[in-house]
Amino acid sequence: MREVAVIAFAQTQHTDHDEGLTDFELIHPVIQEVKERTGLSRFGFTCSGSCDYLAGAPFSFVSALDSIGAWPPISESHVEMDAAWALYEAWVRLQHGDVDSALVYGFGKSSMGDLREIMTLQLDPYYLAPLGLDQVSFAALQASAYGAGRAELDEIVRRSRADGRNNPHALDLGDPAGEEFEVAPLRPYDVAPITDGAAAIVLAAGDLARELAERPAWITGIAHRIEPHYLGMRDLTRSPSAEAAGRAAGVGKGPVDVAELHAQFSHEELILRQALELPAETVVNPSGGALAANPVMATGLIRIGEAASRILDGGAGRTVAHATSGPCLQHNLVTVLEA
Amino acid sequence: MPSEPLVAEHALEFPGGYTRTTGPVIGRFLTELRDGRVVGVRTAEGRVLVPPLEYEPETGEPVTGDFVEVGPAGTVMSWAWVDAPRKGHPLDRPFAWALIKLDGADTALVHAVGADGAKAMHPGLRVRPRWKPEADRIGHITDISCFVPEVTAMVAPIRMEYRVRPGRSLARFLEGVRDGVFLGGRCTRCVKVYMPFRTSCPECGSAISEEVELPDTGTVTTFAINNLPDPRAPEVPFVSAYILLDGADVPMIALMGDVPAHEVRQGMRVRAVWAPPEERTMSMANIRWFAPTGEPDVEL
Repeated sequence: MREVAVIAFAQTQHTDHDEGLTDFELIHPVIQEVKERTGLSRFGFTCSGSCDYLAGAPFSFVSALDSIGAWPPISESHVEMDAAWALYEAWVRLQHGDVDSALVYGFGKSSMGDLREIMTLQLDPYYLAPLGLDQVSFAALQASAYGAGRAELDEIVRRSRADGRNNPHALDLGDPAGEEFEVAPLRPYDVAPITDGAAAIVLAAGDLARELAERPAWITGIAHRIEPHYLGMRDLTRSPSAEAAGRAAGVGKGPVDVAELHAQFSHEELILRQALELPAETVVNPSGGALAANPVMATGLIRIGEAASRILDGGAGRTVAHATSGPCLQHNLVTVLEA
Repeated sequence: MPSEPLVAEHALEFPGGYTRTTGPVIGRFLTELRDGRVVGVRTAEGRVLVPPLEYEPETGEPVTGDFVEVGPAGTVMSWAWVDAPRKGHPLDRPFAWALIKLDGADTALVHAVGADGAKAMHPGLRVRPRWKPEADRIGHITDISCFVPEVTAMVAPIRMEYRVRPGRSLARFLEGVRDGVFLGGRCTRCVKVYMPFRTSCPECGSAISEEVELPDTGTVTTFAINNLPDPRAPEVPFVSAYILLDGADVPMIALMGDVPAHEVRQGMRVRAVWAPPEERTMSMANIRWFAPTGEPDVEL
C-alpha cells in the first residue's frame, strides 16, 4: 500500500441554528484554512460528502464547488454519504500512484429541515419508510434491544458534553437533565444535537506528506463493512460490520491512545467500544463526539480529523477514527492513524 | 444587509409520489397482505425471511420461490415507546415500535404495536395484526394498521340488585340512632354489653332481651389512616377507627373527624358528631364522625 497521511484538518465553529450561510459560504473558510496550512492551492483529487435531502435541493453539492475553485477543471468526485467515505475514496484514488494530494470536505445544515424525517428517506421504500419510522425511533429500537443501563448512558452524555464545552468548535451544552423520553428508552439528551457545520481534510502521499507536515498522521489501516439493511434481519445488540471493519483496519494490532467514535446516540458508543474491542485506557471522543456537535455529513470526517489532529499536534502516537452510515450502525468505516 | 433575516419556505415533493415496481418477491408479499395474509420466503438454507427479500442477507444467494404463510400472531423481541407520535407515524396516539417475530418466521418484522401504555409492553408479548378493512387494503405495509396484544385477560362486569332489610336487631338499633341514642344489648349470662344491639349473644347463644342505652362518648382502641378515597370519605387521608363506647364491651367502627390524621392515637377520648335532628333517618349516616373530646387519654 502507498503511504498516505492526513496533513491538515479544519472545521467550522458548529452552530445549533442556521447562521444564514449558503453551503459554499459555510465551506469556504475551512477550505481556505487547509490551503493556507498546507500551502497547496490545487489538489490531485477532490472529493466531498453531503446529502441533497438536507438542503432539499438536487445536486446541491455542485454549487458547493464554487467554494473550492474548480477552474481550470479539476478531478472531482462526490459521495451522497458522510464525507468520511469521500476520504476513503480519496485514499483509494491516491493508491493509483499518479497524484499525491487530495482535498476532502463534508458539510451539512440539518437546521433547515426535519432531520428525523429526512433520515426516514434512507430506509427501504417498501417495508420501513412507509411506516414513517424516523431516525430517533429506529435508534431507540436498537437501544432497547441492547438494553443499556440508564446510569451508563447518562455518564456518556455528561462526559461528551463536558468535553464539547472544552472544544471551541463544538456546541456549548449543559449537563444532561430531565426525566422525559424522546422515544423510550432514549431521552432527548441521548440524541445528537441538530447542528450546522463543515470540515475539510488534506491527504498527501509519501514524500509530499513529509514535506508539508512536521508529523503526518499516517493512515495505516482503513476499511469499511456493511451489514443487511432491514432491522429485523440483524442482531441489533452488536455491530458485526464495525467489528469486521475494525479487524480489517487492524485496530487491535497496537495500543489505541484515542478513539473518535461516530456515535449519534449515547448507546451507540457502548456498542462501538465492544465492536472495536477498545481497551479501557483508550480515551474516547475527547472532542465531545457527535453528542456535542453533529454537522451531519461532516461528523464522520471530523472524527478522522480529530483523531489525526491528536497525532499532528504530538499528543498521541496511535489513534482510531470511526464513521457510520445507515440506520442503527448499518455501515461502518474504521481508520487507524499512526505517527 | 436587510435588518430582518430573509427566510423562504421551501418544500421538496414528488407530486403523487414515486411509482416503484416491486419485483416478484416483494410484490407477492404485498399482494398477500392485501388479501389479509402474511407470507415469508424460504431461503436455500431453509430459513423463512419475513418480510421476504430477494436475496438471503447473509450469503447473498437468491431465495427459493417457496412462499410460506406465517403468523399472523407473533412475539415482540424488543420495542421502543413513542409518547408523542409524529406526523408521519402510523398511529396518532402513543404506541410502540417493535421487532416482531411472526410464528413460523426466522427474522423479525418492524411494525407498530398499539398497546395501552409502555407498561403493557414486554419481551415475549404476543401480538396479532389489526388489519385495515378489506376495501381499504391496497398492497402496502400499512395494510396492517398496527399489531395489538393477544387477548390474555378480560373484564367480567357483575351487578345484581337486591332489596335488603336490616333484621330485627339492627332495625331496633337504627331506631335508636334515628333518635340520637346508641342502643346496646346486655347478655345477662356473660355480663357483656354488645353494641350495636342484638337479640342473641354471640358468645353463649343466649337470647338477649335487655336493652342498654349507651352514651355517645368512647375511646379509640385502634385506627387506620386511609389514602384511597371512599364514597363516604372522599377526602384523603381519612381515619377510620375502632371506638369502644363507654359501657360497651365491643368496639364499633366509625370515621374520625375534626382532627388531623396524624394526631389520632390509641386511647384518645372521642364523642360522636351527629347530624342535626331534622336530617336524621334510620341510618348510620346520622353519625358524621367521632371527634376528640379533649379529655386525657385513657390507658387501654
